Amino acid sequence: MLLTYDGTFEGMLTAVFMMYEEKIDDLQLVLANQPQASLFMTSEEVFSDATKAARVWDGIAKKGGKRVQQLMYKVFLSELPERESLLISFLKAFFSSQGTVAKNPAHPLTARMLQIQKMIGREKHRMDAFIRFMQTKEGWYVATVAPDFNVLPLNVAHFKARYADQQWLIYDVKRNYGFYYNEQTVEEVQLEQALAPNLSERLTTLYLSEEELQFQTLWQSYFQHTNIASRKNTKLHLRHVPKRYWKYLTEKQPVIKK
Amino acid sequence: MNFERIKEKLEVLADAAKYDVSCASSGSTRKNTNKGLGNSSGMGICHSYTEDGRCVSLLKILLTNYCIFDCAYCVTRKSNDIKRAAFQVQEVVDLTIQFYRRNYIEGLFLSSGIFKNADYTMERLVRVAKKLREEENFNGYIHLKSIPGASDELMREAGLYADRLSVNIEIPTEQGLKKLAPDKNREDFIKPMRKVKQEIQVYRSEKKKFRHTPVYAPAGQSTQMIIGASGESDAQIMYTSAYFYKKFQMKRVYYSGYIPISYDPRLPAIGTEVPMMRENRLYQTDWLLRFYGFDIRELLNKETPNLDMDIDPKLSWALRNLSFFPVDINTADKSWLARIPGIGMKSVHKILSGRRHQTIRWYDLKRMGVALNRAQYFIHCPGSPHTHKDHTSAQIKGLIMSQSTSKYQHAYNGQLNLFQSATTALVS
Repeated sequence: MLLTYDGTFEGMLTAVFMMYEEKIDDLQLVLANQPQASLFMTSEEVFSDATKAARVWDGIAKKGGKRVQQLMYKVFLSELPERESLLISFLKAFFSSQGTVAKNPAHPLTARMLQIQKMIGREKHRMDAFIRFMQTKEGWYVATVAPDFNVLPLNVAHFKARYADQQWLIYDVKRNYGFYYNEQTVEEVQLEQALAPNLSERLTTLYLSEEELQFQTLWQSYFQHTNIASRKNTKLHLRHVPKRYWKYLTEKQPVIKK
Repeated sequence: MNFERIKEKLEVLADAAKYDVSCASSGSTRKNTNKGLGNSSGMGICHSYTEDGRCVSLLKILLTNYCIFDCAYCVTRKSNDIKRAAFQVQEVVDLTIQFYRRNYIEGLFLSSGIFKNADYTMERLVRVAKKLREEENFNGYIHLKSIPGASDELMREAGLYADRLSVNIEIPTEQGLKKLAPDKNREDFIKPMRKVKQEIQVYRSEKKKFRHTPVYAPAGQSTQMIIGASGESDAQIMYTSAYFYKKFQMKRVYYSGYIPISYDPRLPAIGTEVPMMRENRLYQTDWLLRFYGFDIRELLNKETPNLDMDIDPKLSWALRNLSFFPVDINTADKSWLARIPGIGMKSVHKILSGRRHQTIRWYDLKRMGVALNRAQYFIHCPGSPHTHKDHTSAQIKGLIMSQSTSKYQHAYNGQLNLFQSATTALVS
């Protein structure tokens, strides 16, 4: 049976709840806004339901603890086309085995989940590392990113603990949403549609603090001078900083001219 | 802030600091308190990588490159004709804070040439750290260099503000040091190291009694050795390293391939290749000692004073000890799994937890990410190929190497070619 859902994690968990409640054994879950592949199946819409989702979520915790919750959430954030079917098959195996499947890294489903978790973890860590804030005239620190996977929700705690005394905004321009910290709490924000794509451009031209470009220049020259030319190793360099991330990095931008 | 002037200093003093390879920003326990700036309680983060592929985690600079010493291997040696500069304490503080706020760095790694005397220099390093902690409420990572010969009082104070302290022994043997740095003696390096070790021990035992004991150098201490400047064997280097790990409870020993920077006849000539492959093999050995349960005597000894350059040290050990293999993946204990070439500690843990639920087969290993191209000759499990049963060490080595390429191949093929041309010369 084909179910369509809104693409939220809550929606996905609600669908799992329905699967057990209505005893659907051939559940196929797809995003509501996507053209449906299987013409021969009946389709029904899932309405996200916080209570139902919470029951599934608690059930997972009861049998597998936080670790399995995290694993599931991260696989969901991958946005990979296989994620719904993988999560559903995994959950079926998980519940029917009293949770032991999640402890077995040799199980094909768990192995795949762990593999995806590793990819997500790596991307999350890269965002911790590669985000570069620019200071605006108002004293905010703003960064734009476009990560391969939807990892920003995983980065929030890190940045909140680290930059507790400055207002910051980290914005995912690919998914058009971000997180804003007002020195008290972190809020999810969405800028007006027209603004987002040009955020980085606007930042460099209009709203920067007086000293911002100066510090960028200092950082660029530090980066150049900490390099040891006789050890040049481009292959290794690119393995650590693949080219698609250069657009975030102050030190990889052309040297600023005054 | 006079940006032009700061930029000039930054260039000189970053240039001078870059030969220190330590960049770790992990292992500390300093949490953000009272809505301050920074948090270094988690794992280390490499914020960028230079074109030589090294991690950039900390703002790594010298306070000054004026120095009263004349160590042959060092760029900042007194007799070297280079541009000199010195930061003011406040300038370093400002740079650190501004870079940190923009998420460029995890913190500061501050070292210095020695001006006037050891204590005068150390006192200034400590002042930078103190200012960062007390005036800026900075909880990022601070790594301070212990200046050889610095007094115990200053070393005690340094550890109250820094996460890590390090003093580089640079030359692995005492004879080497005498030759290349005649004005220095080993005892001067050891003295601050010993003090820091004692303070860490005191901190640990006090901590058990009083919860609010001020934290002392939570990320421990480290040291560095220069490789290939004074003719030591790999065994000499690694035994020295093992000694420092044991005797001073070092968190890390770093190995830095010598970069020719001098025409001094006591040192490799300018243009000599940096021994990067050797450096890599030494790090692999270091890892085997710290995480894989190897003893230094198994890896380096009278019969094998130097590491193989063409294969990694674990594989090399396994080939010398083929009688211990194949290891049964489903029954071997943890320490033996860890000794299989191509299986890292992460795979060991996966195998161990997988084993509780099922028999591990060849394809399960593949799925778990084991490097089977190396491991296959040393393991036994259902589904593993048996084609290699009677292979000799040389055959296995040949098979593994034929499947891999290395950009450093010329480094070890060079010797072989030399040998071949010598033999052909003899024949003809």
